[in-house]
Amino acid sequence: MTHLDLEGSLRAARGAGRKLLVPYLTGGLGDWTRAVEAAAAAGADAVEIGIPFSDPAMDGPVIQESSQRALDAGATPVSILDEASRLDVGVPLVVMCYFNTIHHAGLERFAASLVRSGVSGAIVPDLPLEESGPWAAAADAAGVATVMLASPITPDERLPRICDRARGFVYSVGVLGVTGERASLAATATVLAQRLKGVTDRPVLIGVGVSNAEQAVEASRVADGVVMGASVVRRFMEGGPALVGEFVADVRAALDSVTS
Amino acid sequence: MSEPSAEGRFGEFGGRFIPETLFTACQQLEASFREAWADPIFRTDLDDILREYAGRPSILTECRQLGAKLGLRLILKREDLNHTGSHKINNVLGQALLAKRMGKTRLVAETGAGQHGVASATAAALMGLECKVYMGAVDVERQALNVFRMRLLGAEVEAVESGSRTLKDAVNEAMRDWVATVENTHYCLGSVMGPHPYPWMVREFHRVIGNEAREQCRALLGGDPDVVVACVGGGSNAIGIFSGFVDGSARLIGVEPAGGAAVGRGQPGVVHGMRSYLLQDEHGQVEEAHSVSAGLDYPGVGPEHSYLASIGRAEYPSVTDAEVIDAFQLMARTEGIIPALECAHALAWIVRESPALNGCTVLMNLSGRGDKDVGQMMGILSQ
Repeated sequence: MTHLDLEGSLRAARGAGRKLLVPYLTGGLGDWTRAVEAAAAAGADAVEIGIPFSDPAMDGPVIQESSQRALDAGATPVSILDEASRLDVGVPLVVMCYFNTIHHAGLERFAASLVRSGVSGAIVPDLPLEESGPWAAAADAAGVATVMLASPITPDERLPRICDRARGFVYSVGVLGVTGERASLAATATVLAQRLKGVTDRPVLIGVGVSNAEQAVEASRVADGVVMGASVVRRFMEGGPALVGEFVADVRAALDSVTS
Repeated sequence: MSEPSAEGRFGEFGGRFIPETLFTACQQLEASFREAWADPIFRTDLDDILREYAGRPSILTECRQLGAKLGLRLILKREDLNHTGSHKINNVLGQALLAKRMGKTRLVAETGAGQHGVASATAAALMGLECKVYMGAVDVERQALNVFRMRLLGAEVEAVESGSRTLKDAVNEAMRDWVATVENTHYCLGSVMGPHPYPWMVREFHRVIGNEAREQCRALLGGDPDVVVACVGGGSNAIGIFSGFVDGSARLIGVEPAGGAAVGRGQPGVVHGMRSYLLQDEHGQVEEAHSVSAGLDYPGVGPEHSYLASIGRAEYPSVTDAEVIDAFQLMARTEGIIPALECAHALAWIVRESPALNGCTVLMNLSGRGDKDVGQMMGILSQ
């Protein structure tokens, strides 16, 4: 598919008064590409594709399970990007991968393989600002947007530097903890998003611990939108692409009721 | 041994490849450790506990029978005689004291063989901290006695069922706990691995092994030994004893298990917060290590070892499980000392290399006692 401009697309959607919705799916698991299509058709503004890693230290049980199942089924970074290259869903694709996947492939080579597969951005949760230099340079040169993450305990002085380095959007981690569904949106989620909105014009999306339409709406009253992972992956494992499409459509409808 | 760079690098190894939440936590930890380590009161407090509670200094024992048999002079640094039975207590008492100083009320720890878990549970009991230990489900089975010990000491032990269900997965689970509990919890990492400042801080807490051994060797031998040997999983006992001799000319030998030879067979990779040699497949997935010894069942290695290997200052040969099982029995029979299976790796290398080491003085770090391995060895030897 064509390589879309992640930040440009998100800014345009935000400019049109829309709250942003980025569902996450684990690459390489069953008919995951159909689920990406279903999510895009149901109103996703971008889709995040997880590249499974043997040691997903930032992920909770649902994404651990989906990753392990994908690995057991023989998924590799190469096979996933190959499948992604055949997608044409009209919204940007962003990969989520742990840094060893990039390091092992080689920074320039991995960035080039993303571009070839039509992937617009990368989220690397174990690559903090201070370690991001070489990858960010390779990604910038290739035209891949490196999304940066901020945490509820990130000190004020770091936030502008993180936002400056971010491309595409700033990932506002909603909770101290790993990915997974929670009964309610943590109070920390909107506090951090508010702090980020104060220092950047880039889209700010809350992810980790945003579990349903109601929480997405609550988060989006402050943030520009949300990333939803475990809630989407769980539905995919339970009911395949159709259930993903239904869920994304429900969240989309709820978000469309938010006026900013 | 010097400090790592400001970014936590030893040469091209180390660093801080961790999520933003833990980055902030590691910065706070580094600042607290730096300040405590420069504070004479903290140092005195730690020295007092090491002496009065852990039983330091640990002695040197010369193995006359085994030395004669192998044609060399073999001297053991007896870390097995420390309270809780291994070198792990040095690091844990330091980190627990630091955790208290930082106002943390809870420790989380990972453990392989259970020695670090037992040491953590012990320090937590001593200092009135809560303690949760993550241990691979495979290791929980292999090391049932240590699991019971930890529970007896008041720690909660959770069997980790994810991934390969061994040490690397226990580290992942401990990090997942810490990322959610960082405000009141200190992650008491058990080796010279992980994100900066851990490889440096844990080395500093184990430096006491090398400092003592250097002085003791000078008294006994009039100088440094020819060769210093220790087993390497993550590499904490090896770094501890190497630290006393790295500036001299003794050969430094870190012995890896054949099934977990990160330096020997691995390529540089990034996991658990550090860039270091790592066993991985052609796609960068971390491979499982395999060793008879749960404590060495780790696919990575501390970054300073990768650095010492890269500059040629230390060597990292490996030995097989069969050689280790022979060495374990050899030490028991000839010296009346049952070593931990981990340390039997160091002895296995000495035995194998003894023709080349003829006439040399060899200092081996006996980093732990073998009581925990007796049940497993009963099974192995009855086959």
